[in-house]
Amino acid sequence: MYQLKGVTKRYMRGKNPVDALAGVDLTIEDGGRLVIQGPTGGGKSTLLQMLGGLDRPTAGTIELDGVDLARLPESRLTKVRAESIGFVFQSFNLIPTLTAQENVETALVPLGLGARNRRERAAEELESVGLGDRPNHLPSEMSGGQQQRVAIARALVKRPKVLLADEPTGNLDESMRDEIMDLLDGLWKEHGLTFVMVTHDSSLARKAPRVATIRKGKVTVTENAAA
Amino acid sequence: MFFTYLRRELRRRRKAALVVASGLALGIALVIIVTSVSSGMSKAQDKVLESLYGLGTDMTVTKAAAAQGAGGTQRPRFEFDAKEDEDATQSTDRVMVQGFQTLASSTVGKVGEQAGVADAVGGLSLTVMKVDGQFKRGEFKQDESAGQGGPGGGQGGGGQPQGEVQGGGASFDVNSFTVYGTDVTQQDLGPLTSSQITKGRTFKATETDAEVAVVDSAYAKEKELAVGRTVTVSGTEYTVVGVSTADSGDAAANVYIPLKQAQTVADSKDKVTTVYVKAAGSQQIDTVKAAIQKNIPGTTVTTSADLADTVSGSLSTASDLAAGVGKWLSAAVLVAAFLVAGLLTSSAVSRRVREFGTLKALGWKSGRVTRQVIGEALVNGLMGGVLGIAAGLAGAYVVTAISPTLTAQLGSTGGGTGGGPMGGGGGRQTASRTLDIALTAPVSLSTVLGAVALAVAGGLIAGAFGGWRASRLRPADALRRVA
Repeated sequence: MYQLKGVTKRYMRGKNPVDALAGVDLTIEDGGRLVIQGPTGGGKSTLLQMLGGLDRPTAGTIELDGVDLARLPESRLTKVRAESIGFVFQSFNLIPTLTAQENVETALVPLGLGARNRRERAAEELESVGLGDRPNHLPSEMSGGQQQRVAIARALVKRPKVLLADEPTGNLDESMRDEIMDLLDGLWKEHGLTFVMVTHDSSLARKAPRVATIRKGKVTVTENAAA
Repeated sequence: MFFTYLRRELRRRRKAALVVASGLALGIALVIIVTSVSSGMSKAQDKVLESLYGLGTDMTVTKAAAAQGAGGTQRPRFEFDAKEDEDATQSTDRVMVQGFQTLASSTVGKVGEQAGVADAVGGLSLTVMKVDGQFKRGEFKQDESAGQGGPGGGQGGGGQPQGEVQGGGASFDVNSFTVYGTDVTQQDLGPLTSSQITKGRTFKATETDAEVAVVDSAYAKEKELAVGRTVTVSGTEYTVVGVSTADSGDAAANVYIPLKQAQTVADSKDKVTTVYVKAAGSQQIDTVKAAIQKNIPGTTVTTSADLADTVSGSLSTASDLAAGVGKWLSAAVLVAAFLVAGLLTSSAVSRRVREFGTLKALGWKSGRVTRQVIGEALVNGLMGGVLGIAAGLAGAYVVTAISPTLTAQLGSTGGGTGGGPMGGGGGRQTASRTLDIALTAPVSLSTVLGAVALAVAGGLIAGAFGGWRASRLRPADALRRVA
């Protein structure tokens, strides 16, 4: 479970301080699904990075299962990212020189698994996202949708507790968007993940049970009983 | 994963990898060539010095130079008598001590007694000038018109025939060669050690006063001498028992005879020109030199280092060039190559910010990302090392194949430096010796290992540039910058 209290992130824009997040309080239950929405530059991605332990707040606490990520030493934070958090990015962020299978394996490298074990788990994960027949394809040999599937497989292959997705359908057309969202929803339910997604797409937000809207660093959470 | 990732990245950026490897290769090749050429020059210098001293000699002791004019300069004189028998061939020779300076044979013993001297042996260097030929008398031709002057004319001439001498003159051949009197009881020191006996044998220890000779192969060829034939020195016939060939191609003397025989023909009983000294250890050379100069007055001690300082000519120039320009150029190219490699690696990291940011987001430790960058740079460095070693070996091979001839001049400094057996007695005679040495560029294992170390160092330096940048990369910043 995530518990954020008074999370503030202040940047300096020239000589002027800018609060990307201004005292955010937020709770995300285990297995919960939260969509973060808001205008460009409102602090959505910053909040996601705080949740993922990629950045530290200027003030406040970010507890994941009782551990404050804001105060955790870098080595332990890296371990948390390696074991508990999966990321999916808007532009896929696959390693261009590695095949689909090898890209998925990169998420298992920090866990210290043997090469054979890595290969087997990566192959299973690719199968689960519908790319079992393309393990040896390079990213450049795949469509955007296929690349995002590889990225999803990479995020989930380590069996994380949390899946963080930053505009996962932002670079995809509508049909591909629905395909990827169906896949993510299915995996969320199947694995019992805590799923946090940043999106601009209101149609996707409408399907989410909880929506956090960020404006000028402030978060407003709305529950969607219909979802 | 490490090697797969590394291999794929190098393949993807093969042009940049080739630039980095080529830069390092150029620097490494230059280092190998300059080092091997320097080594070749050092060997050439050693050869030059060996040809004078022989193997194992650390220093020579000669008589100190006397003041110019003291006793006058001795020059050989040749005197021929006018003889009655017409057209008779006349021959004479003069045996001169080279440098006209000798030491008493007892000096050899005194030198041998000095602390730190392992061995000392004396030798006598001689120059023999042989002049032979004949005078031809002119013919008197009477003036025919004067002879036909009639009765009156005969009286007017007073009975003296009128005419002139026609023809006549002299034809002489001057033959000069060098003779070295060697101590046959101690043949492990001295000039003969720098030659190999290629035919026959060397002296026996018992032949201290035997009329036997070893001749240099070049001289033997010129004079058609062979084992079993004789060579004449100042009227004494010596049986040739061996033919020697100098390692450097330039022998210390044309003819070697036992020391006692040399002293006899030069009328220099119990005299030597040079004492060859071997020190007990290379560290003791300077101490031994100082001891000899202090304890045996009137001597000049010349070490190999002293003699090396007198080397001039193209060998010296090339050696200075290799030591100066060559080494600086190699160092400059290497430093430039290291910097370029470092900057290119650093620049490659900048282009891969998202990649490394993503890996860090996936839980890769900074150390792992840094190792990946250093690994790639190291492989680049090793590729540069392989290319550089290949190019360096090829360059060294070309130098050895061409074998440019370098000229070394020794002992022409005009005094005070002693000199070798043929280099004069030091000071009195500014005799110089010119040797042609073929330059080689031997590549030693240590040079190749040094090149590998440079390649690794180049890779590590380049990797350190890139690795430092990669390690400082914060995943949030990396992802934000490319968002």
